[in-house]
Amino acid sequence: MKKLMSSVSPHFHGAITTQKIMLDVIIALMPALIASNIIFGLRALLVEAVCVAVCVLSEWGFEKICKKEVTVSDLSAVVTGLLLAFNLPVGIPLWQAAFGSIVAIVVVKQLFGGIGQNFANPAATARIIMMTAFSGTMTTWVFPDGVSSATPLAIMAKGEGDLPTYLQMFLGYRGGCLGETCVLALLLGGIYLIARRVITWHAPVAFIATVALMSLICGKDVGYQLMSGGLMIAAFFMITDYSSTPAENIGKLVFGVGCGLITILIRFWGNYPEGVSYSILIMNILTPYISRLTRAKPLVGGGK
Amino acid sequence: MNQLQNFSKGLIKENPVLVLILGTCPTLATSTSVTGALGMGAAATIVLLCSNIVISALRKIIPDKVRIPCFIVLIAGFVTMVQMLVKAFAPALDASLGIYLPLIVVNCIILGRAEMFAQKNKVLDSAVDALGMGAGFTLALCLMATIREVFGAGTFMGMEIPVLIDNKISIMTMAPGGFFVFGLLIAIVNKFFKNKPKKKDFGCAGCPSAAICRKAELGEECA
Repeated sequence: MKKLMSSVSPHFHGAITTQKIMLDVIIALMPALIASNIIFGLRALLVEAVCVAVCVLSEWGFEKICKKEVTVSDLSAVVTGLLLAFNLPVGIPLWQAAFGSIVAIVVVKQLFGGIGQNFANPAATARIIMMTAFSGTMTTWVFPDGVSSATPLAIMAKGEGDLPTYLQMFLGYRGGCLGETCVLALLLGGIYLIARRVITWHAPVAFIATVALMSLICGKDVGYQLMSGGLMIAAFFMITDYSSTPAENIGKLVFGVGCGLITILIRFWGNYPEGVSYSILIMNILTPYISRLTRAKPLVGGGK
Repeated sequence: MNQLQNFSKGLIKENPVLVLILGTCPTLATSTSVTGALGMGAAATIVLLCSNIVISALRKIIPDKVRIPCFIVLIAGFVTMVQMLVKAFAPALDASLGIYLPLIVVNCIILGRAEMFAQKNKVLDSAVDALGMGAGFTLALCLMATIREVFGAGTFMGMEIPVLIDNKISIMTMAPGGFFVFGLLIAIVNKFFKNKPKKKDFGCAGCPSAAICRKAELGEECA
């Protein structure tokens, strides 16, 4: 006779697994990966490979050392590695890329309990730590032909130098990090994720709309503000991270608006030309409060 | 407790920085260079030694109700003396320690040892305790400073290290790096040197200061 099994809800499980979701994210990142290699040359692939390899290895190594269940096969470390590489300039020394990957996986993700437990986005946080640690190499933007170029945001902040055209911005021929420049590729990936229902539209739309609106109010060029910096990659791939952003749709809207406001504050009035990664980290910290305030009320018995 | 144990407990078992988590502020602030850490450790140890001896000698005279102000006045006196000596004989050290030298007055380690040890033990015991705690403080500071200076600045006591000087991880000398190294060392000490508290030992009984804490003796929980 079978024993009666009692377990807590949910009692019905869909066929969706972490691995499938992460695979979808990886597929969505592929256009940006191809674009980064076309724009910045094959060294981009090297940086991406190092980041992914070190992320997976450090996840495996940490879980082995701590005798935890090895979760490498859920592919989340691959996604973290790719996202981190996309946030690095092409000329970054490889040991620095490896350092950032270890920080992302071990410090930001595993020390807080592994997948689903990290309060901050590993890739965004690792990028901030690397910006602080290696401010020289993290802000040197070089094209494959050896020409170094400032990012559009830096050009706008200084008010000197030639801005790329709208078309160049859209295709990604500008100074910047590997995966953040090609708006076209990121849009393709983002639309794919929304169509596959891996992410919802709330956070990206709220984020982009807030930046657009604030730029308009402040009299800045909306097109350049939207297409420069890490805004597009953050909108679709970083502020939609499951574990470090609110789960409810209203919460996602609040999260997106908050990220947009902080980004604008840093871009227009801060010392740094770019504020997207800082805005993500700050809003990550606020996520538990947003979740608590925007939690859906139970239909019965919820009043207290 | 023999004197050797009395001394050596400060090194690891009751290390003021890594186990008792006292004196965190000067630890984080002055562990950016090994030279500064040595200076800070030496200055704090001298103040701790003097204050422990005097407080222990006066323990029957100081009224219990006003003991904290009395301790502070005594400690402040010794800090002022040390500060004048450092200013006169090691102006470079004075410049590198800056505000943290006078701030030894409010260093939790010194007040903590006065409160937890010196005021209820004999003069010799208190002196040995001060030396052990001072050595533990200096050791922890130097360990942190070595890690932070070698990787953050690529130097050791000002000497350049060939490969690392070109590959600095400058965040290590900044505040976040300090917190990170601090946490890492605490984790290592907990893992390898400290007997893991049993589940029921969480609370006062599991506290490393339990043996010398008044409230634990009385069976009270300190919040």
